[in-house]
Amino acid sequence: MDIASRTEAQLHAFLTIDGQGAREAARQADADLADGIDRGPLHGIPVALKDNMCTRGVETTAASQILAGYIPPYDATVVTRLRSGGAVIVGKTNLDEFAMGSSTENSAYGTTYNPWDLSRVPGGSSGGSAASVAAGSSLLAFGSDTGGSIRQPASLCGVVGMKPTYGTVSRYGLIAFASSLDQIGPFARTVGDSALALASIWGYDPLDSTSYQGEYPNPDASLDRGVDGLRIGVVTELSGDGFEPAVEAATTDMVARLEKAGVKVSEVSLPTFDIALSAYYLIAPAEASSNLARFDGIRYGLRVDGATTEELMARTRAEGFGPEVTRRVLLGTYSLSAGYYDAFYGQAQRVRAAIQEDFARAYEQVDVLVSPTSPTVAFEAGARTADPLAMYLSDICNIPANMAGHPAISVPVGLDEAGLPIGFQVMAPALGEEVMYQVAAEVERLAGFEISPRVLEGAA
Amino acid sequence: MSWEPVIGIEVHVELMTDSKMFCGCAVDFGGEPNTRVCPTCLGLPGALPVTNRVAIESIMAIGLALDCEVSDRSVFHRKNYFYADLPKNFQISQFDVPVCHDGHLDIEVDGETRRIGIERAHMEEDTGKSTHLGAGGRIHAAEGTLLDFNRSGVPLVEVVSRPDLRSATESRVYAQELRSIVAELGVSDARLEEGSIRFDANVSIRPDGDHALGTKVEIKNMNSFRSLERAIAFEIERQIGVVDSGGEVIQETRHWDEETGVTHSMRVKEGSSDYRYFTEPDLVPMVMTTEWVAAIEQRLPELPGHRRARYAAQGVAEGTAGVLSALDADLRRLYDEAVLSGASPQSAANWITGEVVAWVRKAGIEAREVALDGPSLAELIEMVDEGSVSSSAAKEVLDGVLSGEGRPREVADQRDLLQMRDAGTLEKAVAEVLAAHPRAIEEFGAGEEKVVGFLVGQVMKATDGKADPRLVNQLIRERMSG
Repeated sequence: MDIASRTEAQLHAFLTIDGQGAREAARQADADLADGIDRGPLHGIPVALKDNMCTRGVETTAASQILAGYIPPYDATVVTRLRSGGAVIVGKTNLDEFAMGSSTENSAYGTTYNPWDLSRVPGGSSGGSAASVAAGSSLLAFGSDTGGSIRQPASLCGVVGMKPTYGTVSRYGLIAFASSLDQIGPFARTVGDSALALASIWGYDPLDSTSYQGEYPNPDASLDRGVDGLRIGVVTELSGDGFEPAVEAATTDMVARLEKAGVKVSEVSLPTFDIALSAYYLIAPAEASSNLARFDGIRYGLRVDGATTEELMARTRAEGFGPEVTRRVLLGTYSLSAGYYDAFYGQAQRVRAAIQEDFARAYEQVDVLVSPTSPTVAFEAGARTADPLAMYLSDICNIPANMAGHPAISVPVGLDEAGLPIGFQVMAPALGEEVMYQVAAEVERLAGFEISPRVLEGAA
Repeated sequence: MSWEPVIGIEVHVELMTDSKMFCGCAVDFGGEPNTRVCPTCLGLPGALPVTNRVAIESIMAIGLALDCEVSDRSVFHRKNYFYADLPKNFQISQFDVPVCHDGHLDIEVDGETRRIGIERAHMEEDTGKSTHLGAGGRIHAAEGTLLDFNRSGVPLVEVVSRPDLRSATESRVYAQELRSIVAELGVSDARLEEGSIRFDANVSIRPDGDHALGTKVEIKNMNSFRSLERAIAFEIERQIGVVDSGGEVIQETRHWDEETGVTHSMRVKEGSSDYRYFTEPDLVPMVMTTEWVAAIEQRLPELPGHRRARYAAQGVAEGTAGVLSALDADLRRLYDEAVLSGASPQSAANWITGEVVAWVRKAGIEAREVALDGPSLAELIEMVDEGSVSSSAAKEVLDGVLSGEGRPREVADQRDLLQMRDAGTLEKAVAEVLAAHPRAIEEFGAGEEKVVGFLVGQVMKATDGKADPRLVNQLIRERMSG
């Protein structure tokens, strides 16, 4: 809380800081420990939540005007698990409105800035969570990743961010963007913390029908195994045009170090990765257009009156949604429309199936796939806001794992010449969190990365 | 030119499960508005649906009762449209893979059996209810609208017939038959007045002998079987009128007005027909295993159509069989037990559909409380057949049995209702009457038949009405002819 009070004026990582709730939770955590009750690894740990996870009694807006002042009457399953694990929830972090964006500039409540360079974006959409962990105003934070929204900001902020296998973390209480792609995951300062954070939130939830009911991996146990004998595939398609030289160099360097550590490296081509982005921008907006239909001014949130119900709904939505959300709702509505469905949504679903087949073929040859997390380091605020396509390309490395429902993690591996962090992505097959963390832990050891964001220098 | 009406009916059945389709809220009627709601059925941000297994079993039962195929695998789709009482602004419904498909229902109209195809039965969720204030409850010019989401998310089965119906009467009979099946299955309240069964009809006409379908008109707002029949009859005539006067039927939705007895066009909103269906990503496909389907099939009760056929085969007249079949299960069991105890099926059916039902209604009790069992009813019928009691006395015996006074013979004895059948006693009484009326014998000899009736009456009078009139009649004839 102390760090937050020193950094928030510059970062704006939080939309709500719940000082009272946090102090109460902290006191309870102390009291429990005094009574000999240990709630596990997150007991007493300050955590931050992306503001698209419902928290009972605490305003939850998804960074949208349309939910201004909305106070949920229930906790998301992840929040319930964190509370029962003794975590101290310090507040709700900023995001691109409804998690649509890659820079947190689409928030209706103002941009979050990158702790390493305050003129730059933290990435997005979970930019507030990433910035908060980098700055130290929370030790762990949770975000949601629909098409890179955890990994890309983790990369830009120099922290560890991971997206679990689809279905392993309950989506109950997560304000949906694209239901078949959304997945909650942790931001942490180390790979080990990330594994502990994941273990605290995942598991079968009867309230989420897509929740996985089988055996869960044990990533914590794999951290110290080393990588000797593992097979790693470097994705051909995730390099070249659009990738900054420093990013490519850091990736190549890490792959070389892994090889030295005993890994068998090969180049793997997944041709469908080239069209994954296009397919994603049909599927995700289509689902979003339906998921966001409920924000109509009738039952909660913003209401702009009109002469008829239709007019009330239309005005509320026109005023309540920002331009990027409006763009995606229109795009999605169009791609589901009669006469266009087959050419757009239907075709995108076929591409999605082809991506899954590509992955399956690749994982016959290698244990994990690696790539840069983001083609670039953190970019200047405002640099891509006028060009949606340039912004969409920020997630080019991340989207395939979402389309397949696979886990992926970003680990910081170094800084570019301007002192901006570079992330390294490790992807694994569904439920392959053990081997993924095994490699991530080795990457972390080899990189020896130190989190030293500039925001703390001035603030200290 | 003469025209053939072509009608298809969509029936919405609200299931009476304990909880709603996709959340744990209770399913019930009435109550304070917005008290049976939760994040899921209110469409709050972040809430997710979980499929109610019992509802799936109910739709499987309905499908099986209609001889449908049950899909091995079925998926939910989102039907997207904006409406204030639809909290998510999409309805979770089904599109191309319904739970049940391709069945049929046999109906009897004017003594003829007609097989009506069932295209599909799919599962969906109900909407909330809007109440428009002022303006006589109409949406236009209403002062305001109240929303009650108690009904939101109640499981709804939609049964879609093929366009196999050919008249308003057939349509009404089809709807009634479907209602009785759903009631029999016990999966719904099946009450029209509470809206737990609702009908829409698709009506078109085509020249006699044509096979192509004409332009269809959908009719809504029919709240009773009578209004369904009237609305369809009106619509057929309206369409014939339109084409006969050189016009063309346009595809539209029309609203039935019960008071004026006409259908009128509803102002349909632009673009409302594109529901942008896509697979509901928050739910996983349902898998209906062969074992599961078989278990549901095994639990199916005897259905009204089968039951009527069985009664008829036992010798019950068609009309009585229909009435009996529609009675409460306890009364039908009484019939089965009486027949098993040796009663003639027609007599048992007559007694139950007549006197027993009347008595139960008058007493205001439930059928299951009736103090009459199958063997007792069979005994009563036997007593009438053998002449121990007159048919009017038998009704009194029944009253005694139903009032808990004992078995029929005991009651007849206690209430002194047994007919005098002792030959010696009766012969003596007959001899006395004949002796007192010598002219009657002469008249009989001259061919005056009706004098027998007079003499029987005299004997009955002499015996305080207890003599068996048939036996007396027989004795008098013997004596006079002798």
